[in-house]
Amino acid sequence: MADLRVKFCGLESPNPFWLASGPPANTAGQVMRAFDAGWGGAVWKTIGEPIVNTTSRYGAIDLNGVKVMGFNNIELISDRPVEDNLREIYEVKKRYPKHLVVASLMVESKRESWHEMVRRAEDAGSDALELNFGCPHGMSERGMGSAVGQVPEYTEMITAWVKEAARTPVIVKLTPNVTDIARIAAAAEKGGADAVSLINTINSLMGLDLDTFAPRPVVRGKSSHGGYCGPAVKPIALHLVSSVAKKVRIPISGIGGVGYWNDAAEHIALGAATVQVCTAVMHYGFRIVEDMVDGLSQYMDDHGFRSIEDFRGRALPNVLDWGDLDLNYKIIAEINSDLCIGCQLCYVACEDGAHQCIAPHSAAGNGKRNVNGKGVHVPRIIEEECVGCNLCALVCPVENCITMKEVETGLPPMSWNDRMRQLAAGHGRALPPTPGEH
Amino acid sequence: MPLRETAPKLPPEQYERNFADIAPRMTRGQAVVEAARCLYCFDAPCTLACPTRIDVPAFIKKILTGNLRGSARVILEANILGESCGRVCPTEALCEGACVMHEKGEQAIEIGRLQRYAVDYVLDNNIHLFHAGASNGKRVACIGSGPASLACAAELAKWGYAVAIFDRNEIPGGLNTYGIAAYKTRAADSLREVELVRQLGVEIRQKTEVGRGISFAEIEKQFDAIFIGVGLGETWTLGLPGEDLYGVYGAMEFIEQTKVKAFQDVEVGRRVACIGAGNTAIDVVTAARRLGAEMVYLIYRRSEQEMPAFKYEYELAKNDGVVFLWQTQPVRVLGREAAVTGLECVRTKLGAPDARGRRSPVPVPDSEFTVEVDMVVSAVGQGPVTDFLRVVQGIELRKDGTVVINDRHQTGNPKYFAAGDCANGGKEVVDAVAEGMAAARGLDAWLGSPRDRLKPQMNTDKQRQI
Repeated sequence: MADLRVKFCGLESPNPFWLASGPPANTAGQVMRAFDAGWGGAVWKTIGEPIVNTTSRYGAIDLNGVKVMGFNNIELISDRPVEDNLREIYEVKKRYPKHLVVASLMVESKRESWHEMVRRAEDAGSDALELNFGCPHGMSERGMGSAVGQVPEYTEMITAWVKEAARTPVIVKLTPNVTDIARIAAAAEKGGADAVSLINTINSLMGLDLDTFAPRPVVRGKSSHGGYCGPAVKPIALHLVSSVAKKVRIPISGIGGVGYWNDAAEHIALGAATVQVCTAVMHYGFRIVEDMVDGLSQYMDDHGFRSIEDFRGRALPNVLDWGDLDLNYKIIAEINSDLCIGCQLCYVACEDGAHQCIAPHSAAGNGKRNVNGKGVHVPRIIEEECVGCNLCALVCPVENCITMKEVETGLPPMSWNDRMRQLAAGHGRALPPTPGEH
Repeated sequence: MPLRETAPKLPPEQYERNFADIAPRMTRGQAVVEAARCLYCFDAPCTLACPTRIDVPAFIKKILTGNLRGSARVILEANILGESCGRVCPTEALCEGACVMHEKGEQAIEIGRLQRYAVDYVLDNNIHLFHAGASNGKRVACIGSGPASLACAAELAKWGYAVAIFDRNEIPGGLNTYGIAAYKTRAADSLREVELVRQLGVEIRQKTEVGRGISFAEIEKQFDAIFIGVGLGETWTLGLPGEDLYGVYGAMEFIEQTKVKAFQDVEVGRRVACIGAGNTAIDVVTAARRLGAEMVYLIYRRSEQEMPAFKYEYELAKNDGVVFLWQTQPVRVLGREAAVTGLECVRTKLGAPDARGRRSPVPVPDSEFTVEVDMVVSAVGQGPVTDFLRVVQGIELRKDGTVVINDRHQTGNPKYFAAGDCANGGKEVVDAVAEGMAAARGLDAWLGSPRDRLKPQMNTDKQRQI
């Protein structure tokens, strides 16, 4: 049985699954129920001077009947008094000493205000601090949240202020709404941050009611841009986690699109030491952690990983710049006609949407019939034309029906950068030889 | 004259439950989830399997995007009776039978129900999708108001023809109104579709029998062309002794009772035997059970394997608790005081295959037995109603009464066109619609239309086929 315990900035967490700072970690009652359900830690909903929220606050996009593919919010930080939040943190820590409670903080950008808040949070017993430099809506208009996290100098400065007062590890939460997140992460590291967490939500406008032209989530016919999250953002989060992991030496807590154990495993393989989850809990409740723990253990057992460290960051060396990819690697598509159901989605996708390398079924057909005796139209890959783009395999609705098989080119690996170096040295030619050319 | 014993009366709400819609209307949520399952096949096999070539993936995609009006337009342009076809088509033999999901090991997309969902939206909201074309000054009469005539009339009206439908019945719709099992569609449902055709300016004259109420000479004078879509007529009799006893019904006549009367007023025996094993026989036995008959027998000369009813239909009857007497041939109807008391039958064995490859049943000597019933329904097919056409010069009828037509649906008399059951001998509603539309194209060409509509509208996908 794999050991899911993780060390994060010297703190031990029973597993890498933490509640992210957000509505699920708003009260002691919620956090304790989450710990009972199996969560290893919780980053409290951001504490600061109480605010007033709007109704409504949340928006979602559904895809073809599947609910909440993407989610956004225009909710602000905790609307409860600071002392209530801190008293509850104290109570939770007293009852759950082995679980991690991280206080997420956001105050006005004054040194004394940060010092004061840091002291109070640590006095309440929080294990670590997370600085909310990421909130993209509302608070940023008041000079907080992403207004800090979008400027490397501010990030470094405020991190340094916090470090002056902090006795516990300081995690800086990063906003993705920047050109180069790794630069901000480096600034946090320079300011003394013990860790970074990312990504916070992405600036978004969820859509419109096309009858009233009210944006969503609607607040008396109007709305504002809000923070986008949920399953749809995982690819963005994975990219940013990997780019930060390559840039800084401090630990990373991965956030963004984690709903299942495999999402978490991807974050970890790209360098995250823990993962944080919010939207999936908002959709299904704390119980989802059971399969996260179970599934991740199974996966680790299957691969012989005894601890999270055994595979953390393992995929990072495989994330390269495009210029370092091997241009002499060639794959082409192959259709398994036994599995083909004759939908011809691969044909139309390739013909209209890609590179015209699939022929529709011939008029005569290949004689394949379905259970009702109706003809099944199996398309054909034009192998000499196939550029190996994957599109047909991606749109094929049948598992393993279209596979990409490697074609031996007989050429040694060569990347674009290799080629440029060769050219610079006076060897080779700018364009590769075309088929039939010798 | 009463039946010897009638089925016990049920509470009124029980009848409604028994005849409740067998494939009820989908909710928006159900429709979206089902529509999302559709793979949106290219050159889709479901469309190729539909006699009216409805672009199924296109209309399903439109349900998903919330464009129900567009979805209904795709359906109704190809098939003006798309709502009832969604209810009554044997979809497992047509579109749903061709669905690629079978190959995927999954349930076929519920195309029929989705189709109905989309069309119901425009019917419920009284949205007029089509309008009569600018008048071309030509007039066409359609005889009969069933699916073939309605489809033909709608096409012609859209192209600018003035169309009048002549129908001998009290209410329009033909088979769709009178002859479909009540749990699939009610007369009122059929009439909503008739309204779609009427909205195109088509005039419908009820209780008008051509050749009697109005003469052929008169019709030929008033109209430039005449379309015949009269369908089939009464159920064939069994040719058995005792058939004149009270309690012997034809299948269509019995079904009609369930469509035009309140269910509690439909006469049904406590025990009922139905002869035949086609889809109409299934309509009869299921209706009898749902009306409260306690014992219902389906009697067929051949075996289960030769049963012509679709599997889906057979399942309905099995679920309704119908008793199947296979390889059983009725010999005479028994009665007392002029009312049916039973049916004398004989066992059969299957002999040599007939012309169609079906093995002929041969009676087994000394195997006679009696089934005690109060009612006998014949469901051995319908006879023709084309006799009235014999006075029209040039129209040729086959031995079975079907009208002879060419590939443009034109009869031996060039002014007359025909389609649907009266020409094809009896097929599905969707076939009648497809043929009625084809006849409209043939008629349009014959009347010298400047537009060439003879080629059916090809799916654009098809044109790209190599």
